[in-house]
Amino acid sequence: MDFWFFIEVFVGGLLSGVMYSLVALGFVLIFKASGIFNFAQGAMVLFAALTFVRLLEMNVPILLTTAITMGVMVLLAIAIERVVLRPLVNQDLIILFMATIGLNYFIEGMAQLIWGSHVGVLNLGIDEYAAFEIGDAFINKFDVWAALIAGGLVIVLSLFFRYTVVGRALRAVADDHQAALSVGIPLRTIWIYVWTTAGLVALVAGVVWGSKLGVQFAISSVALKAIPVLIIGGFTSVPGAIIGGLIVGCGEKLAEVYLGVYVGGAIENWFPYMLALIVLMIRPEGLFGEKIIERV
Amino acid sequence: MIYRESGQFKTSYKADQAILPIFQDKIAMVLLMIFAFIGIPLIANDYWLGSILIPFLALSLAALGLNVLTGYAGQISLGTAAFMAVGAFAAFNLQVRVPEIPFLIAFLWGGLCAAGVGILFGLPSLRIKGFYLAVATLAAQFFIEWLFTHFGWFTNYSTSGVITAPPMHFLGIAIDNPLSKYFVVLTIVVACAFFVRNLARSEIGRAWMAVRDMDIAAEAIGINLMKTKLLAFGVSSFLCGLAGALWAYVVLGTVEPQAFDIARSFEILFMIVIGGLGSVSGAFLGAGFMILLPILLNNIGSLITGAAISTETIAHVEYMIFGAFIIFFLIVEPNGLARLWQIGKEKLRLWPFPY
Repeated sequence: MDFWFFIEVFVGGLLSGVMYSLVALGFVLIFKASGIFNFAQGAMVLFAALTFVRLLEMNVPILLTTAITMGVMVLLAIAIERVVLRPLVNQDLIILFMATIGLNYFIEGMAQLIWGSHVGVLNLGIDEYAAFEIGDAFINKFDVWAALIAGGLVIVLSLFFRYTVVGRALRAVADDHQAALSVGIPLRTIWIYVWTTAGLVALVAGVVWGSKLGVQFAISSVALKAIPVLIIGGFTSVPGAIIGGLIVGCGEKLAEVYLGVYVGGAIENWFPYMLALIVLMIRPEGLFGEKIIERV
Repeated sequence: MIYRESGQFKTSYKADQAILPIFQDKIAMVLLMIFAFIGIPLIANDYWLGSILIPFLALSLAALGLNVLTGYAGQISLGTAAFMAVGAFAAFNLQVRVPEIPFLIAFLWGGLCAAGVGILFGLPSLRIKGFYLAVATLAAQFFIEWLFTHFGWFTNYSTSGVITAPPMHFLGIAIDNPLSKYFVVLTIVVACAFFVRNLARSEIGRAWMAVRDMDIAAEAIGINLMKTKLLAFGVSSFLCGLAGALWAYVVLGTVEPQAFDIARSFEILFMIVIGGLGSVSGAFLGAGFMILLPILLNNIGSLITGAAISTETIAHVEYMIFGAFIIFFLIVEPNGLARLWQIGKEKLRLWPFPY
């Protein structure tokens, strides 16, 4: 076994893991604040990325594009809260989950109806294939950028949760809906904030993924990759999403390279899930999730 | 006035626990069966049988299977299609290795194999629950799809990775036209529906419901959680496997593993949520709804297509309407079509008097 090759695979895995974390973050935000497993996150990533790239194609300046897309995501969040969440308050979690799957269909259809489904090319000024060498290992520059962006996003989100009034309200709602309501925190406003934040995270994820893969329908299925990340990290932990992403990323790359050859390859699709299953058997709430306490 | 149970006294526990305790329900069921077995074959054409009724029945069976697990025992599963795939491929493999086996035995074998795999992937349910469990079942979905795609043995080394169901014979009669296929599917599905209905009112069914409502409490009153949950996974996967075999043999004829992808799992989950969790009729109502809605949208779509709208646009609009419909439905009636049916029955009981 070649040491430098191992390093290359390992680092490549870590970096692609960060990309999964970006998507997983959106899930965590919403689950934390409302207990909803938002299956539509992948569609939101697609929608944000498509809006962004189509505006750029119309030669809108990049700053304006960013502003408009952010505005669109805020509107989407408000619409979702008003149309989907508010009538479904107090329903079973499975009903809410199914509703987000419906939402997923709707947003996927809408995104492609408005913006067309041809592949959009997004160029952030970074060459996707440029690499630099450490020892004998090649590290992809683009992945490093993506990792930096994700890291920055996590720091901003953690600061936001910790030091702002809205952040504190979010944590209160996550802790206990009823208690939060009784001290005067408006639940509906908070939900709009959460979905907006998730929408913005989806925008970042969409832009990063879009510039790597091209903006197309396939990026909405990235959400399926983010689910094991979520499980391993725990549904309720922002740092957990990052650690989970790293574990899944390098786990699946190493498994593909070193185990995949023995069983016919393409094990990337299910390996993270098996990994997640093993983690769950040992810690049912994920590595960083809040301990589940049950009372009869 | 007609639908009223007054005067029907139950004088024994046996009568109290009958599958259909109300006399009118018995008549309705008999009429329904007569209609399904005699009426439909007389009036339906090949298109209706082949493209709507047979897929509807096969998917109803899968929905019934998932309803046992999710509706009665409260364990969410996103791996239904994988268990269907196991059923289909196991039945196919048995017939390929042992050609003289009758197809019904192969179907049973498919169901049993699916049950085994289901129990295996149900093991995590002893430790985890809720959405964590749902995601654990996704592991089954992706793993099994990969397994059938990447190991040639399962497809009998067919170069395209596709299996073709061998022709079916029953007592010397070839089952090759939609009508005979319809009878096969209908018989199997009706038998399974009565089986589930029976199971649900038995000790096993009540144990499932206790676990669904609160598993700690269920354990405290002496229900063996391991046995109960794994049995639910086993029975559910058996039915799904049977449905998968039907889907492969009767509906499609030629199947690739991708016919059982995650979208199919979601489709079946939709069926039971829309139809109604924890009811046999809900599985059928939900399946009917999910089969008819896309066909309806398609027809409306092609009606408008005369204008300059591309098929791609139509497809996207269909997606949107489908999603919106599901959300709308969940908001209006979160308990599903079966609940609407029940409300209708309550109303009928009083009609034409206000109370």
